[in-house]
Amino acid sequence: MSTIAHDDHHDHKPTGLKRWFFSTNHKDIGTLYLIFALTMFFIGGAMAMIIRAELFQPGLQFVDPQFYNSMVTVHALIMIFGAVMPAGVGLANWMIPLMIGAPDMALPRMNNMSFWILPFAFALLLSTLFMDGGAPAGGWTMYPPLVLQTGDAFPFLIFAVHFLGISSIMGAINIIATVFNMRAPGMTLMQMPLFVWTWVITSFLLIASLPVLAGGVTMLLTDKYFGTSFFDAAGGGDPVLFQHIFWFFGHPEVYILALPAFGIVSQIIPAFARKPLFGYASMVYATASIAILSFFVWAHHMFTVGLPIKGELFFMYATMLIAVPTGVKVFNWIATMWKGSMTFETPMLFSVAFVILFTIGGFSGLMLGITPVDFQYHDTYFVVAHFHYVLLTGAIFALMAAAYYWLPKWTGNMYDERLGKIHFWLSLISSNVLFFPQHFLGLAGMPRRIPDYNIQFADFNMISSIGGFAYGITQLLFVYIVIKCAMGGKKARARSWDGAKGLEWEVPSPAPFHTFETPPKLTKKVLESLY
Amino acid sequence: MDNKKGVKKTTASLLLFTVFMFGFGYGLVPLYDVFCKITGLNGKTIRVTENINREAIVTDRLIKVQFDANINGDLPWTLQPNQRIMRVQPGKFYEAVYTVKNIKDKDITGQAIPSVSPQVASLYFKKAECFCFVNQLLKAGETKEMVVRFEVDKDLPEDVAELTLSYTFFRVKKVASIN
Ligand code: HEM
Ligand SMILES: [Cu+2]
Repeated sequence: MSTIAHDDHHDHKPTGLKRWFFSTNHKDIGTLYLIFALTMFFIGGAMAMIIRAELFQPGLQFVDPQFYNSMVTVHALIMIFGAVMPAGVGLANWMIPLMIGAPDMALPRMNNMSFWILPFAFALLLSTLFMDGGAPAGGWTMYPPLVLQTGDAFPFLIFAVHFLGISSIMGAINIIATVFNMRAPGMTLMQMPLFVWTWVITSFLLIASLPVLAGGVTMLLTDKYFGTSFFDAAGGGDPVLFQHIFWFFGHPEVYILALPAFGIVSQIIPAFARKPLFGYASMVYATASIAILSFFVWAHHMFTVGLPIKGELFFMYATMLIAVPTGVKVFNWIATMWKGSMTFETPMLFSVAFVILFTIGGFSGLMLGITPVDFQYHDTYFVVAHFHYVLLTGAIFALMAAAYYWLPKWTGNMYDERLGKIHFWLSLISSNVLFFPQHFLGLAGMPRRIPDYNIQFADFNMISSIGGFAYGITQLLFVYIVIKCAMGGKKARARSWDGAKGLEWEVPSPAPFHTFETPPKLTKKVLESLY
Repeated sequence: MDNKKGVKKTTASLLLFTVFMFGFGYGLVPLYDVFCKITGLNGKTIRVTENINREAIVTDRLIKVQFDANINGDLPWTLQPNQRIMRVQPGKFYEAVYTVKNIKDKDITGQAIPSVSPQVASLYFKKAECFCFVNQLLKAGETKEMVVRFEVDKDLPEDVAELTLSYTFFRVKKVASIN
């Protein structure tokens, strides 16, 4: 395959600070995104540790309730907008040009900007921790009228959300522009790796949903400072309107977090099952239908606000409907593994765990989607368990899988497989100890977003907290593994995994600073060997 | 396929789409209002002008109307309906009176927001005159009697035998004018 891999004689790159601040190189920007996401993962994680410490026992132990609520709010904002989304964009930056045989992203300067907006936006958000009235504490969903009681932090919250939105939209535009215009000649849309497909669809979700959120938070801002009353009943507005606007963004947003994860495991499972992905076309169509349907289910977050019965039914059925394409995907992943010659290196372990645990999260989602029972489950720990199964053991497990899978390509070295496996097993056990009991807590009626609770919930909370601390500490091991791998180790081959397919494995490891400056020749034979 | 023109075109159309979706977010506001008006969701009541020369409607159907009153948040007012229950004939106008009192030694402006339940009934609850049509300014310590003049439409579905009219007073922090 070295016909495609072209070695670059003049692999010159800028040095020092300039390289990172002004970088327009997709690999450097990808690295920046990934490091940023990991940093945010630990900042948000530290907040989660505070939450679990407070919940270790009933009663108020360590923090006052206002601060507790700030932790819950900021933890969510950081994990969603600071960790999972940037990690996904970082992977997209690194891998999409390599996967489609393009020299770089289509809009490299915009790429630089969309990254550097992020640290700025999170500086705004985190600075609120030190302000009068504390950080935002009304929940990441920012419902009025509660959120309007936020102190000095309020405009910082709104502008941080604006900047995060702008950054994500620029990233999304860049990805679509790249994929639509810069594929190697001969690569049709239906020959793209699934990771690329899921990112194209995610990008459309971002562009369609984030501006609506931007509008909604702008209305909050003008309600508070400029005398409008979009959500103020005294002025003829309605606070429930905000919920409609928010969730019109919010439900597509959960798929923005999930779809790239679908793409990742669709790359990894075939590689370690040594079989092509089962049902490629149905995967693409299932992803697209999930994306479209995700705009018609938002009110399942609002079953209890007093919708008319017809509305409740419509949103219940629409929600159930999403389970169908999701089921198609799960089926295809399992069918890919069926009778494959499987090996279980760390990326595969995380991917298989993803399939199982994400499905558990999907099942609790189905339960929540049934209107009459959601009246019981709504705003309890059952919801918390649900979204952590789809987000932590779902999205984050997939991101971990991706990191292990592509680390050899990024660093040129193999990571320590033994440590990787330890990281996986500890993460798997601790995350389930952490989140599984929360199902029981929720069913027994423990409300979410509360620093104290009835003693009947004490045992499960203690178990959950122990799982939480274990999971948190385990992630330090991940940092150690990544640093160790970046510093050295067994040299990685261009095709670092036997069964790995795709153009990214045709370039040397580590991937040189410039790749595919002349597009690879995709003859029919080459294409067949890729998939 | 390094296609500069294509990149420009894709970028431009996606930017346009972004702006469109931002507008759509704001478009949801009137859409939501219209949707609620049509369906009677939110219990929003209907404002009419009274036609005095209208033929009297003869029916022996009697609807029980209950009156409810609330104060939102920390507004230092009290609000009471002077009558708890009225039995009304559909198609005829009636007057109900509420008493409101400002218990603070400060002038305060409030706005009453009406709501009718069951929701279907709100489509048939028509008001010709109401203290909720405008802001109410209450001087320090002032007590006021306020009138709502309403009819229940004769087309009110047969299975609705009683309905509740509820008012909540909100503090007006800024100048606002509504229905
Ligand atoms: C089969 C698929 C799914 C169904 C049927 C489903 C259903 C639901 C329902 C009905 C709720 C509202 C529960 C309540 O507040 O009472 C909910 C909440 C939530 N779901 Fe899902 N869900 C699904 C998949 C996902 C995925 C893939 C993600 C993210 C990756 C996700 C993330 C969330 C989050 C974050 C919340 C909580 C939002 C909040 O109130 O803070 N869900 N889900
Ligand atoms: Cu949802």
